[in-house]
Amino acid sequence: MSPPTRLVEVRQHVLKNNDVIARELRKRFCTAGVFVVSLVSSPGAGKTAFLEKVLGLLREHYRVAALVGDLATDNDARRLARALVPVKQITTGAVCHLEAAMVRDALADWDLNNLDILFIENVGNLVCPATFDLGENLRLVLFSVTEGEDKPLKYPTIFNTADVAIITKADLAAVVEFDAAAAERSIQSVRPGMQVLYASAKTGAGLDEWLRFLQARLIAK
Amino acid sequence: MHELSIALSILDIAAEEAARQGTGRIAAVHVRLGPLSGVVKEALRSAYDLAREGTALEQAILVMEDVPLVAYCSACACERSPPSPQEILCPVCGIPMPEILRGRELELTALEIES
Repeated sequence: MSPPTRLVEVRQHVLKNNDVIARELRKRFCTAGVFVVSLVSSPGAGKTAFLEKVLGLLREHYRVAALVGDLATDNDARRLARALVPVKQITTGAVCHLEAAMVRDALADWDLNNLDILFIENVGNLVCPATFDLGENLRLVLFSVTEGEDKPLKYPTIFNTADVAIITKADLAAVVEFDAAAAERSIQSVRPGMQVLYASAKTGAGLDEWLRFLQARLIAK
Repeated sequence: MHELSIALSILDIAAEEAARQGTGRIAAVHVRLGPLSGVVKEALRSAYDLAREGTALEQAILVMEDVPLVAYCSACACERSPPSPQEILCPVCGIPMPEILRGRELELTALEIES
């Protein structure tokens, strides 16, 4: 017979260490007056192409920068640096998502007072990044028209943690017979009320609408 | 496989709390998981079983409790459980429920310590 046990109540969020760091980051961002947007999507949804265009457009009016997470290579950082803004790669090794500590460490030698908007491109993954707060003000989930209209139903948690959805590669919609109404139904079903925008990094269509959305959030901050 | 990070966090918190409690072997660790916690139970179980090997919590079993998904229905003016995370709609009146009240939990609730 096993010995008697007593129950000790703990009641702690399992990721409290990450939450503590995320809270510190949020405070630091707020003090420095920098607005932080994170991007999540599956691999290949077009986060980097979208961000490259957005950085190029925003840099005329704002001081922008980006952190980009990948398991390996600094290809994305080099690509984003073409937008002529500060960019830093976070190489996660075997880790499939960014954690708040990685963001903190990557920003250790940055003066945030020189920034208006910081983008954090997460590792391409629609599962794991959902659980980790990075201290961001806005979480953007992207999915491309080539991925299928029911993607949100397959990954409800990440869509549920996001603040706005952008459907990318919109220029391919007709070719792949993308059903926009079905996609929007999927999104509303997992995240009622979430705003949905469309964008094509290739043609630039829809980017102005996203910039208007972002500017409205910046003003409301 | 972020479940390994989560399993390691569970072990860290449990070890910290056990140290605070003093003596006694930990027999079980209780966690609560919501359907929107982003955690797959089977994956967490495997990760936990791997991670606890060779630690002070080697004998501690993981007890997982499900937290139901609950949202606020503004039309019914009360809390309702949607049919699934894929359909966050009121099961009574059918309207979408943007305000989620419970279901994101990922919480270490208690330890069972041998006395």
